[in-house]
Amino acid sequence: MKYIDEFRAGALAQQIAAKIASEASPGRDYHFMEFCGGHTHAISRFGIVDLLPGNVHMIHGPGCPVCVLPIGRVENAIHLAQMPGLILCSYGDMLRIPTANGMSLLKAKAQGADIRMVYSSADAIKIAQENPQRQVVFFAIGFETTTPPTAVAIQQAQALRLNNFTVFCNHVLTPSAISHILQSPEVREFGLVPLDGFIGPAHVSVVIGSQPYEYFAEEFQKPVVIAGFEPLDVMQAILMLIRQINAGYAKVENEFTRAVSREGNRKAQSLVAEVFELRRTFEWRGLGWVPYSALKIKSSYADFDAEQRFRISTTSIADNKACECGAILRGVKRPQDCKIFGTVCTPENPVGSCMVSSEGACAAHYSYGRFRENNHVAAQEN
Amino acid sequence: MCLAIPACVEQLTAQNHAIVNLSGVRKEISLALVEDIVPGDYVIVHVGFALQKLDPLEAERTLAMFAEISALDNNLL
Repeated sequence: MKYIDEFRAGALAQQIAAKIASEASPGRDYHFMEFCGGHTHAISRFGIVDLLPGNVHMIHGPGCPVCVLPIGRVENAIHLAQMPGLILCSYGDMLRIPTANGMSLLKAKAQGADIRMVYSSADAIKIAQENPQRQVVFFAIGFETTTPPTAVAIQQAQALRLNNFTVFCNHVLTPSAISHILQSPEVREFGLVPLDGFIGPAHVSVVIGSQPYEYFAEEFQKPVVIAGFEPLDVMQAILMLIRQINAGYAKVENEFTRAVSREGNRKAQSLVAEVFELRRTFEWRGLGWVPYSALKIKSSYADFDAEQRFRISTTSIADNKACECGAILRGVKRPQDCKIFGTVCTPENPVGSCMVSSEGACAAHYSYGRFRENNHVAAQEN
Repeated sequence: MCLAIPACVEQLTAQNHAIVNLSGVRKEISLALVEDIVPGDYVIVHVGFALQKLDPLEAERTLAMFAEISALDNNLL
């Protein structure tokens, strides 16, 4: 497929790997965080770790929107879905996230709640039009990539004068999560992650542009390379990060120029600014309460805000004690460091959110990496 | 969630929508977030919306950069 296959050429990946091996200085370690779940998925799926020298370490970041949504908000969504006559529309990957008592949207659906899996916010609008007697709530989650489509839906609902459509808004912001990782006081609780640079998000940057990352490069002296989600993109970004570090500078570079500009998608940005405003604080799984890290619906669109219409209260629920999602999302622990990984917690029966979404670090490692780990150990023992 | 994919715009349809083709799979998506799309363009599709038009020149440049690395290494061998 065009714009996919040519960025997956194995021979070229070997060449870039050789370049990385020759340029990575043997006297030091390189720790790079790939913020985005899409990159985590690509790194595991295409075996990129095997192509890197031992001193280049990839650390998974908190960039999977399903993984960072705290249990309390999922619990809120379940309560909404259980209201008589209400239809809850949700993206599919939210359905299996378990809450504290083992409940999930999927189980609520099995018990009779009307929960519809939608591919797009536009599908939720259609369901509201087809069911004028019932309240339809769209469970909106995601980073800057998914926010503009929600804004379009809200404006559409207004234009159509839909009085039975609301949005339960859980949209979060990438740059504030990155700064939180770099400077939050909770770092003490989880320990400090050594970070030498970031692979910047692909599709989030399509919307917000590369400019918002310049602050990190300048303020924290951490290089950022924005990269596409194909394996050659990721390999090239790693090479570009190594070159910056070797040369002793930190700036924002863009490997994904075929889709990302410095300014991003202005039309999408202005739509988001029209419909949403910043929340003072929002709870993230793994990061705790992060100031100005999420969006809420502006009061001028309050008619379409499920939190207002259904008086949804803030519920904070602690994660399962055995689950290490919090530390994994911060990059402090790896999936295989979690006691319940691959035994109690599997993609078929996830305990933590990192195992639910295919972009979660645990699901990616379970699907593509767990046997490699065993093989390495076996090879060393022999 | 963020696993958006590049797809070719096949035909423009009513209300700022378009049919995209991804290796034979055809789907209607919204063009509400992009401008000046014509059939033949490649767009990044995410949750039913085109997020951005792909720049074919920049894609070629990136591929050329990979090819350069490759040529360089072949010369060294």
